[in-house]
Amino acid sequence: MSEPIGQLKDKHGDYRTFLKRILLSFFFVLVLFIVIFTRFYNLQVTNYADHTTQSDRNRIHRQAVPATRGLIFDRNGELLAENRPSYSLTIVRERVKDLDSMLSELRKLVSITDQQIEKFKQRPRIPFQSVPLRYNLSETDIAIIGVNRYRLPGVEVEARLVRHYPHAEIFAHTIGYVGRINERELKEIDRNAYQGLDTIGKRGIEKFYERELLGIVGYQDVETNARGRVIKVLKRHDPVPGKNLITHLDLGMQRVAYEAVKGERAAVVALDVKTGGVLAIVSTPSFDSNLFVTGISINDYKELRDSPDLPLFNRTMQGQYPPGSTIKPVLGLLGLETGVVNEHTTIYDPGWYQLENDDRRYRDWKRYGHGKSVDLRQAIAQSCDVFYYDMAFKLGIDRIHKFMVEFGLGDYTSIDQTSERPGLMPSRDWKKHNRGQPWFPGETLNTGIGQGYMLMTPIQLAVMTSILASRGERILPRVLKQIIEPLSEQNGQQQLAGVEFAEMVNTNNPIILQSTANWEYIFQAMEDVVHNRKGTAHGISKGATYRMAGKTGTAQVVGIAQDDKYDSSKLEKHKRDHALFVGFAPLEDPQVAVAVIVENGEHGSSSAAPVARKLFDTYLLGRQADMEPVIE
Amino acid sequence: MPNRDFIRQLPGGDVELKQRELFWHKLHIDWPLLILLMMVTALGLVILYSGSGQSLHYVKRQSVAFAVAYAVMLSIAQMNMLMIKRWAPFFYLGGVLLLVLVLFVGSGAKGAQRWLSIPGLPRFQPSEIMKVVLPIAMAAYFDKRILPPQFKHFCWSIVIVMIPTILILREPDLGTAILIAVSGISVLFLAGLHWGYFAISGLVTLCSTPVLWFYVLKEYQKQRIITLLNPNTDVFGAGWNIFQSKTAIGSGGVYGKGWLKGTQSQLDFLPESHTDFIIAVLAEEKGLIGVIVLLSLYLMIVIRGLYISMRAQETFGRLLAGSITLTFFVYIVVNMLMVSGLLPVVGVPLPLVSHGGTSIVSLMCGFGMLMAIGTEDRKLTA
Repeated sequence: MSEPIGQLKDKHGDYRTFLKRILLSFFFVLVLFIVIFTRFYNLQVTNYADHTTQSDRNRIHRQAVPATRGLIFDRNGELLAENRPSYSLTIVRERVKDLDSMLSELRKLVSITDQQIEKFKQRPRIPFQSVPLRYNLSETDIAIIGVNRYRLPGVEVEARLVRHYPHAEIFAHTIGYVGRINERELKEIDRNAYQGLDTIGKRGIEKFYERELLGIVGYQDVETNARGRVIKVLKRHDPVPGKNLITHLDLGMQRVAYEAVKGERAAVVALDVKTGGVLAIVSTPSFDSNLFVTGISINDYKELRDSPDLPLFNRTMQGQYPPGSTIKPVLGLLGLETGVVNEHTTIYDPGWYQLENDDRRYRDWKRYGHGKSVDLRQAIAQSCDVFYYDMAFKLGIDRIHKFMVEFGLGDYTSIDQTSERPGLMPSRDWKKHNRGQPWFPGETLNTGIGQGYMLMTPIQLAVMTSILASRGERILPRVLKQIIEPLSEQNGQQQLAGVEFAEMVNTNNPIILQSTANWEYIFQAMEDVVHNRKGTAHGISKGATYRMAGKTGTAQVVGIAQDDKYDSSKLEKHKRDHALFVGFAPLEDPQVAVAVIVENGEHGSSSAAPVARKLFDTYLLGRQADMEPVIE
Repeated sequence: MPNRDFIRQLPGGDVELKQRELFWHKLHIDWPLLILLMMVTALGLVILYSGSGQSLHYVKRQSVAFAVAYAVMLSIAQMNMLMIKRWAPFFYLGGVLLLVLVLFVGSGAKGAQRWLSIPGLPRFQPSEIMKVVLPIAMAAYFDKRILPPQFKHFCWSIVIVMIPTILILREPDLGTAILIAVSGISVLFLAGLHWGYFAISGLVTLCSTPVLWFYVLKEYQKQRIITLLNPNTDVFGAGWNIFQSKTAIGSGGVYGKGWLKGTQSQLDFLPESHTDFIIAVLAEEKGLIGVIVLLSLYLMIVIRGLYISMRAQETFGRLLAGSITLTFFVYIVVNMLMVSGLLPVVGVPLPLVSHGGTSIVSLMCGFGMLMAIGTEDRKLTA
């Protein structure tokens, strides 16, 4: 390129221009370095506090450290509810580049259902927080994931404690279970106390003693990296574990009771007469309470809810049955007390009873009656209805009502369980208010044999029997025996930190009879039920090494059994009578009182009484004596 | 030999000093620059160890890169400027050719083709070569022209700048493209281009902003600008990097949290902590003091560079030395303002500190040329 003439390069001029620009550059450089400095000064000095706070907020997280839930034991220290570590598979979405390929990779390693993946994707999430994909990993699953972890960035196995019931079916209704906190519960609870927890006691002991079992939540400040992984714990405030509960329950008795009625719809209650402690309390059919802990599947729940046998229903305190003849000993006591009858009173039983001016015949369960000169003792031992029709008529509903209420009928027993029902002890007032009708004399007769309006729960029957057995001592049935502060680790040794005793028996208001001999008379009559050759439950005395007292009952089906939902094909079976038995042993010094109901079991003697015998044996002898089921 | 006569007349102590100067001069080494560079290098390796999550692997690789880069620098320092000037057009053509090549057979990550693998050579980025070549080409172009540049020459020089810039934009690599353009423009600035041109260019750029916004800029680039203007919009998304780097810098305070004790950098809250965002590691762990030390070293390097360009004897050397220095300076400014949240996020590493071999080698090529220019034998060119 040729230079035009007259525009020769002026090297000196070039240099001057250049020098100016270089000096200008110096100036720019200085200005911009000052800008940079100012910016850093602004960030590091002026706004230092803000940024330090933010930096700490990034890395330090306060985590709730949930308290370990208290354990539940039976009277002999057998675990009934414990906490087991359970492992869940979680994913931090931000660390996974291709979620779908990661999921298909995971599915090759452990089983994951479509439903779980769908749930996982729907879960709301916070960036860099792990989201659970699958719960209850097996040891094998954990090992497989561990081995492959290097190629599964963002996948973690997290451990937490999960409630476990070693004898789930046997104790399902009584111990109850914990389950996920639902919306309604969330409104009621103190949310701070449940930080880091997602379960709460739902029924039974787990619900009733929720506050004791819960413990006090702790917290820790942890340093996490950007991916949320905890690097170290900076500060820790330990939680206070929940208190351990020792119950009156006896695993052996409970198991015997459960095995005895497993295939039936039945309820069994055994009380410690001295303390009111509940030794065994079984409602069948039962269910696996462990299913509820991590969330029961819809299908499993439907099956339980829609089963015609109502496994979720706690028959021992929600089931209200006509007590039938089981109230006869108490009523007999009233007869003696009031002088309406005495040991010499006898009647003639042709198989029916008729009121004056009334055509209706009130039938005895024995078609042709118990014959001539039936006294009270026989009336109890052989369960003569006609004797009771006559006596009830003479007593009148007002006296019957007053006395039965003394034995806890028609009212809550206040057992430490949830959703107990009160039963029903009818009276003139009750009928007027609820039916708008006066009381008819015929209804008194029905009440006299434990039918009609009268309804009792099995726990009420057991309490009644216990009061009878202890000659009037009222009891408060209790499942809980002791509250124990959890074992605390000190110098490597576990120590009992403290024991609280649960509220004991005694309302200090025993039923006092005018003649204590009346107790003995009734005892003898009840002894006859079992040990007299003519007694209705004579079969269960075979081979017994101790004396026991009891009373059978047969209840015509009413109430819950007449449910519209029941299939017509099943109606036949469901129309059959309920079989009942109450009893206590040993006779000389009663220790255990039992009430048994077998729905549609027809005869108390054959289906209900043997259960009681098994429980007596277990409690008194520590074993079951050989005994053939005897059919009357 | 007027110089030597002059030296002989000086008192004894100074003779030694001048002799030492002469020694370095013969080796074509500008020792103040060398010492400053070595200090930055050493500091850089220390920060890199922390910023890379205490990875000796990165530090080793970086050290190897430095060893190579210093060797390259010292070799280039030996070269004759005249020869470089003469070969400038071929360098330029070669550089452009490589940039075209990379568009077809290049490889890279995240949808950008920046790397070229030629058998027998280590993998490299042709754009890094262009960083060295473009100032040479521009300086060579204006060496023969009347200064300040005339309109015609201005237009041609813009073509020279735009060809590689556009090619690099196509890779795409916005950060490098901007820096390449800046290095070319810096030559125009030093050549004394009339202010009017800068004013008009600025105006044109301003007016074309909407066009750029709607037609040229990609979605993620727009997002970065939005983030810059309103840093709190999307802290967990696009704003994450800047939010975390500002937190890291700010929480360092005056004295810092201590080496390897920066929570932001060690716990991975700070992204790209061993590459573009490494200054945040220094700021967090060594505080404002550390930043001032590094800034001072940088400032001294820049001042030394400008001094060398001032002392250069020929237009070519002056323009080249000035451009190299100013480009280096722009690197620093863009990176530090970007990391501290005053400029949008463009991929510009912190020179001599961020991890990355090619960048270091190309920078050192520049410093090699600075040394060559600074130690040119005056009697040959006078």
